[in-house]
Amino acid sequence: MKTREEIIEQVNTMLADEFEVEQSEFTPDANLKDTLQLDSINLVDLIALVQMTYKITIPVSDLKQIQTFSDLYDYIEQHQA
Amino acid sequence: MENRVVITGMGIWSCLGTTLDEVRQSLYEGKSGIIFSQERMDAGFRSPFCANVPKADLKPFVNRNFRQFMPEEAQYAYMATKDALEAAKLEQDYIDSHEVGIIYGNDSVAEATMKALDKFRQFGSTAACGSGAIFQSMNSTVTMNLACLFHLKGINLTASAACASGSQSIGLAYLLIKNGLQECVICGGAQEANMYGVASFDGIQSFALRDDNDPTKASRPFDSQRNGLVPGGGAATLVVESYESAVRRGAPILAEIVSWGFSGNGDHISTPNVEGPARSLELCLQNCGINIKEIGYVNAHATSTKIGDSREAQAIARIFGDYRVPVTSTKSQTGHEMWMAGASEIIYSMLMMKNDFIAGNVNFENPDEETACVNVLPETTEAHFDTFLSNSFGFGGTNSTLIVKNL
Repeated sequence: MKTREEIIEQVNTMLADEFEVEQSEFTPDANLKDTLQLDSINLVDLIALVQMTYKITIPVSDLKQIQTFSDLYDYIEQHQA
Repeated sequence: MENRVVITGMGIWSCLGTTLDEVRQSLYEGKSGIIFSQERMDAGFRSPFCANVPKADLKPFVNRNFRQFMPEEAQYAYMATKDALEAAKLEQDYIDSHEVGIIYGNDSVAEATMKALDKFRQFGSTAACGSGAIFQSMNSTVTMNLACLFHLKGINLTASAACASGSQSIGLAYLLIKNGLQECVICGGAQEANMYGVASFDGIQSFALRDDNDPTKASRPFDSQRNGLVPGGGAATLVVESYESAVRRGAPILAEIVSWGFSGNGDHISTPNVEGPARSLELCLQNCGINIKEIGYVNAHATSTKIGDSREAQAIARIFGDYRVPVTSTKSQTGHEMWMAGASEIIYSMLMMKNDFIAGNVNFENPDEETACVNVLPETTEAHFDTFLSNSFGFGGTNSTLIVKNL
């Protein structure tokens, strides 16, 4: 089990590498889609990344509740194995 | 009324260089782009040889979300096309307000497809394939990507005709422009250079072997000791347009495509015959009514296989008769660039024509009984010529021949 601090650090590094956005733009309340410049197609890359890194499958129905970086940290923290 | 069709720009990403100057120099010097690959040997390949194609870095030009849609060959094609557009003085403002099309040769996207499906199987989820997988794995990936990136609004078509794909793409563009259906078409060919794209090809024992493992000696079209091809890759782009369009734009007019000939063998899936290629040559010559003695150089398809080279030699000899036209295969330096070859070999021949030389068919030491009928130049020769003919043939018996004239 990773601590929340460990999750935040790992997720931020992973997202910055994958989506080529500076980590300085990441704040807990920032909107994920806007910050990472995701549209309906490449949102799939975020789902795939979480799935491959944490073995967590995010159902489409849960996606709506993940709007901010903080929401994503919460989701991973609650669902990690 | 029929339009004259001219070439106004070229760009290339190849094992001989990534600029036209580098490639011209490599051709002139007889440089080999072939390497020994320990990676392929370790993976279980029979033949260790492949072309050394540099990776393309698109980060400065294309954003991350769009690069996700682009497999290796689309990246090579982007780099080649960017240079070709610049050379043709075809700026984005002009493209945005005119109907510019794209026809590009491509016939596989093995690595991208394999990687996406590996993730699907590993994680048991289709989302694991990622957002780019569907766009990367389709055969039309090059044209779909480039048409969106360069905002092309004309014809948008991939030509899949095995190792004649690049040549057929130019032939189709020529036909559309000649008949007034398009004014300007970006055309070319792209070939993935990774080992997965050709693993099954190696499996049918088509690739070259050598006891000394010298990569520079492996590709030897027309030579008596040839025993297979060497797989290559990259991309080559030509900007092709009507003469009127080129003059109106003030574009550099490099040469005229004067004819396209094509045929099918209707025969064996991998073993070519003489009749099919000969008909492609014959039709090409008939279509432009040119005297064969005007043709100063033939860029052969010859891939360094025993049967393929001998059948092509016989087809050339049958059509050219007593005229011993100079013949070489640039695959002796590049290996077989397959889906790209028909387009890259037009560029190689153009560079020779514009710079008054014929690149030698390296490794051609002695013909065998069946290739002795053609005049293969083993070394680079200073020569002025104003018209050349280029052959491309592919699996399934698809043949394409182009004739290009200097302007």
